[in-house]
Amino acid sequence: MLAAMSEHDHHHDHDHSDLSETELRVRALETILTEKGYVDPAALDLLIETYEKKVGPRNGARVVARAWTDPSFRERLLKDATPAIRELGYAGRQGEHIIAVENTPETHNMVVCTLCSCYPWPVLGLPPVWYKSAPYRSRAVNDPRGVLRDFGVALPETTKIRIWDSTAEIRYIVLPMQPQGTSGWSEDKLADLVTRDSMIGTGLPKRPGSA
Amino acid sequence: MDGAHDMGGIDGYGPVKPEPNEPVFHGEWERRAFALTLAMGTPGGWNIDMSRFARENRPADDYLSKSYYQIWLAGLERLMLERGLVAQDEIAAGRVLHPARPVERTLTPERVAVTLGRGGPTEREATAPAKFKVGDRVRAKDIHPPTHTRLPHYARGHLGTVELVHGCHVFPDTNAQGQGENPQWLYTVRFEGRDLWGEGSDPTITVSVDAFEPYLESA
Repeated sequence: MLAAMSEHDHHHDHDHSDLSETELRVRALETILTEKGYVDPAALDLLIETYEKKVGPRNGARVVARAWTDPSFRERLLKDATPAIRELGYAGRQGEHIIAVENTPETHNMVVCTLCSCYPWPVLGLPPVWYKSAPYRSRAVNDPRGVLRDFGVALPETTKIRIWDSTAEIRYIVLPMQPQGTSGWSEDKLADLVTRDSMIGTGLPKRPGSA
Repeated sequence: MDGAHDMGGIDGYGPVKPEPNEPVFHGEWERRAFALTLAMGTPGGWNIDMSRFARENRPADDYLSKSYYQIWLAGLERLMLERGLVAQDEIAAGRVLHPARPVERTLTPERVAVTLGRGGPTEREATAPAKFKVGDRVRAKDIHPPTHTRLPHYARGHLGTVELVHGCHVFPDTNAQGQGENPQWLYTVRFEGRDLWGEGSDPTITVSVDAFEPYLESA
């Protein structure tokens, strides 16, 4: 493939010595699919921009902070999360059917997809590499405390841990507990405490003063 | 299929290594591979279950040696090859060698937002009453289809309790094979960690799996 690529006039003016085979393969594939009229590079740019700049865990943090400050929203979120989340403008691909699971002093929730990489895109964006990796997918279900240790999190030994394996098209978001000492805080200020990992269940929200 | 993708409870993969301040994409090729995969769904016409099977259906060493977007890329190439949208010699040469196949639609920039916003809801009208209700004890069947399934191996043969009923959803096992949506009741079934991982395992764990009715039998 490398030889074939270098014969391609289109690429003559580039130095490919630092590009891996995968990089070259993707570049060539985009050229083929564009020339065949199957894809529009402008649409590709928009897809990338959407998930790199617009859709990410700040959306989920907004959902959590709203739930912490608005009891009726919290109720709607825990009863039927998809329409509640849609109220904030977050919906669509890989978030068609969302369930919010609530952490309590007795129970901690953690979300995984052991079979692939299912993840609630509209509220958390695209999953981090570790979420898609073999160590997390294998151990989240049988050694969640060990996984939490990998993230520097230690829960009391008596805390029940509920694992949610996303094996169908239901997507899960964890509603973490509001940190102590933040009552009366604004939604904006609270949202800054909500980390991506706290909504997956591999972390806890930041504490006041550390945000 | 009982493949390397079905990772739950397998030992030996080592610690989870979170990357501080991880970027959304690691390099330009991941951006383009991601976007090509999403965009090709429109002219390609395959469904998400076909995509998942195209990714997971590969030898263990191949699956485990690829990064996640490399798996996506391999899955995309397979789906396109199967449909004659591209040919193997074109992928090898890195350029067009054959005329394009006519396609009904492509993803235009104007359609990106609405397509993402609509997504692909999988809930369908029920055609039969649900066999199970919340609180029922059920056993996950000990099945090993060589094709696509979403019942993880670690749950098979084990007893659990129905805790949620989600309505009828597209059945991945048939949808992945082009045999129709065949909607089935979908349940969240909760398993005690002790029942899955044996005596001596952490007694504070439960694992909930979303399981389609054909995966389950009364216990």
